[in-house]
Amino acid sequence: MGKKGIETLVGLFVLLGLAGFSFVALKAANLASFGSTDTYTLTARFDNIGGLKVRAPVRSAGVAVGRVTSIGLDGKTFQGVVTLEVDRIYQFPKDSSAKILTSGLLGDQYLGLEPGGDDKNLAAGDTIKQTQSAVVLENLIGQFLFSKAADAGSGASDPAGGKK
Amino acid sequence: MKADTLIEIDHVTFGYDSSRTILNDVDLRFPRGKVTAILGGSGCGKTTLMRLIGGVHAATKGRVVFDGEVVDVRNQAQIYRLRRRLGMLFQFGALFTDLSVFDNVAFPLREMTDLPEVLIRDIVLMKLNAVGLRGAAALKISEVSGGMARRIALARAIALDPELIMYDEPFAGLDLISMGVAAKLIRTLNDITGATSLVVSHDVPECMAISDYIVLMANGGRIVAKGTPKELMDSMDPEVRQFVRGEPDGPVKFHYPAPSVADDFGLPALAEGRS
Amino acid sequence: MNWLAALGARTLAVFKGWGHGALFFLGLLRVLPQALKRFGLIAVQIHAIGNRSLVIILASGLAVGFVLALQMYYALVTYGAAESLGLVVNLSLVRELGPVVTALLFAGRAGTSLTAEIGLMKAGEQIAAMELMAIDPRARVLAPRFLGGVVAMPILAILFSAVGILGAWVVAVGLIGIDAGNFWSIQQSKVDIWRDVGNGIVKSAVFGVICTFVALYQGYETEATPEGVAYATTRTVVMSSLAVLGMDFILTALMFSTP
Repeated sequence: MGKKGIETLVGLFVLLGLAGFSFVALKAANLASFGSTDTYTLTARFDNIGGLKVRAPVRSAGVAVGRVTSIGLDGKTFQGVVTLEVDRIYQFPKDSSAKILTSGLLGDQYLGLEPGGDDKNLAAGDTIKQTQSAVVLENLIGQFLFSKAADAGSGASDPAGGKK
Repeated sequence: MKADTLIEIDHVTFGYDSSRTILNDVDLRFPRGKVTAILGGSGCGKTTLMRLIGGVHAATKGRVVFDGEVVDVRNQAQIYRLRRRLGMLFQFGALFTDLSVFDNVAFPLREMTDLPEVLIRDIVLMKLNAVGLRGAAALKISEVSGGMARRIALARAIALDPELIMYDEPFAGLDLISMGVAAKLIRTLNDITGATSLVVSHDVPECMAISDYIVLMANGGRIVAKGTPKELMDSMDPEVRQFVRGEPDGPVKFHYPAPSVADDFGLPALAEGRS
Repeated sequence: MNWLAALGARTLAVFKGWGHGALFFLGLLRVLPQALKRFGLIAVQIHAIGNRSLVIILASGLAVGFVLALQMYYALVTYGAAESLGLVVNLSLVRELGPVVTALLFAGRAGTSLTAEIGLMKAGEQIAAMELMAIDPRARVLAPRFLGGVVAMPILAILFSAVGILGAWVVAVGLIGIDAGNFWSIQQSKVDIWRDVGNGIVKSAVFGVICTFVALYQGYETEATPEGVAYATTRTVVMSSLAVLGMDFILTALMFSTP
């Protein structure tokens, strides 16, 4: 009846499915960079995390060194608390700073780590002291308009001014 | 101490829905070890009776007793236990079309027992031999003829050596030779295995030849007559005579109920002519 | 007021049908543990359902990949975003088209064949014969087919997506001339294995359950006549398709609503 034959074909079918899945996972998705390599946890506090999302990359000099694992709000200081995991091969000095940057002009936001100059490195569980919050577009526009208004004001008070 | 009666139909009334009654206060006893034939025209409830014995439906009134046990359709465990003691031959075989002849006969053995394949092979070949088809074991179901299919189904029905074998229209649509073969098989199997056989049919000559006991049913689920073949042949009852002799008109009318000829064909003269 | 009574009767009949279907499903689930022990039967079904559907799934996947790449290109190039072609096709396939189109094709190919097979088995009294042999046909006939369908569907869906992405690659890199490196790297950075691929697989598993169950139910409950079986196969395709599309909406809303 070909029972062995049928079971072989079914086995091949399942193998084909796994191959298809591996192809999609590795070539067409982020499994390659997923890696459960050794990581250590760090925390950083921000006044405004902007559009930072969980699983956003952590980059240093543009290179991905880790991921954001959770985002929360500190009930007492009302600061955003970001927990991130960094690959163990990368060690950063204790006075490194964390900034929330945007990739491209209007792209996704990521956490950028800039190294400091301290001899000692950040250990697992440490908090990054220097942080720079995300740039909020509304505030930026507000600042721009405010400075424009200030310029116009100072320009008006110096009509015969020495503008070359 | 085994009782003489294997199956008892105790004042059973049954209908698939409330509008039609298929069986009406039917009271029957099927003797153990004998061949009983249930004869009757189409639609008289013969097949329904078999379904009630097999525990497929529950009787609306009355009870069905199998070897002293009242058949309770809701008791799944009991139904399955009782069904293991019976084998059924369906009208067209009902063979599993995706299996070979051998696998069909082996099916009950493989599913219901833990016998090793070596033993199963021997049993299957013996059963096929009993029906004369040992050489056809390797064939596919699509390759066998109608008569052969029924014999294979019979081999499958007796695979587990049941106490009760039920045959649903075993002679329908067969040529004379195949009918003779089927009749011979039914009788021989019954005698050799000591099983009880129930044959549902409307083939009078064959049933008369092989049965020990005959029940004649009519439309509406009534029992018209019961007795030995000789008793039925000698009966003076018009219904029995019409059926046994195959007369086209008698208590079972030739014409389906219809309005009078005059009304249907618009013949006023004829209508007026009637007093 | 006859039409009102008729409407009421129809509505009650529909509910009765759903109830009957739900009970049938529960009955099927109850015999699954028993059926899992008969791996041979399940393997035969995976072969009949899965292997036999490979050709149509792969061919369709390739075709959809080609067409998607072409169509999306025309839309993206106006915004200067042609580089993201791979990403767009990938996400469309892996999240939506892979599971859904595979399910629709499955309903048409494997679903109808299951319905017809079961319907004809019922018409030929094979099911009744099994019951009278004290063998539960749900465990012996229905459950292996159900498991076969549920296993085969996710495999077919992921193959559809994989082949579609390859098809898109052929069109994008081969025909249109998009940079091959960018084509893959953008996908690798933006397509998430859990959120996108994983959710797609969950969807296809759900669709597998739906399509296989509907096919088996329609076959089992059909009238044992040629017209009955023909009508049942039509109903299988229609009901499976509607259920898949409806369920897709619900699942998409659940899975992909929060960014």
